[in-house]
Amino acid sequence: MPNRVISFFQATGAARASPDTGGFGAERLAAKPLFSRHLNAGVYETRAALRDLVQALGSAGLDAEMIDNTELILAEVLNNIAEHAYVDGEGPVAVQVMCQRDGLVCEVSDRGRALTSGVLPDPALPKIAPPDHLPEGGFGWHIIRSLACDLSYRRDGGANRLVFRIPCA
Amino acid sequence: MDIRLSRSAQGLIITVDDARIDAAVAIEFKEAVRSATEESGTPVILDLSKVTFLDSSGLGAIVAVMKLLAPDRRLELAGLTPSVAKVFRLTRMDTVFTIHPQPPGTLQEAG
Repeated sequence: MPNRVISFFQATGAARASPDTGGFGAERLAAKPLFSRHLNAGVYETRAALRDLVQALGSAGLDAEMIDNTELILAEVLNNIAEHAYVDGEGPVAVQVMCQRDGLVCEVSDRGRALTSGVLPDPALPKIAPPDHLPEGGFGWHIIRSLACDLSYRRDGGANRLVFRIPCA
Repeated sequence: MDIRLSRSAQGLIITVDDARIDAAVAIEFKEAVRSATEESGTPVILDLSKVTFLDSSGLGAIVAVMKLLAPDRRLELAGLTPSVAKVFRLTRMDTVFTIHPQPPGTLQEAG
């Protein structure tokens, strides 16, 4: 996988490049992330991570809509990992959010099961139906794909790695 | 999951006092609303004006509540904050619910 070229966001002054192993065997030159967290998959740790994420993005001066979109996308991604990647709903997850000129780049890694098809789901939006047939699920990936772009997934040394970009509004 | 009941001319108002309806509380939310609506025969209006975050789990829980109340009672929504409104819009579920900009004025606290 070629190294991604990352442009530095100079909001807080000099950015520095440093090797970042991330605990998942990743090694790349990276700008200092806006947000970086290792957590255990699960609803309460997800809430705590999202709370800290929102705070970090707010401190960086991002606008409210961008912060909301990032929080929502990551909530969906983290919920998916807890529900599908880990059999018991628990396991390590690494999240990094980095600034680029035109938006954020997010990377989420976990050590759970690989996607069965090997590719990211792209389901049709559940159909609107009469009240007793309304869908209660299946919205997550649609929300992710509506708000994020350049999604990529790969399986790498026992880890799932999801990377995507959140463009500036 | 904190909810409060009150009555208006339009029906039973259920005000959600939590800021988040997400995966952590989706089930609790469904149960809380189910218990609150067992006796009511009027439309139910869910006041979401304090809710600033809703994910697909929360959306699913709201849909589940709507199905639970149907066909005898309608579930309507009120006071959607921008990020919550966005989730309904992205999923086109805003076409399914009657959405009031503000919760209707209350007559009294429901017992």
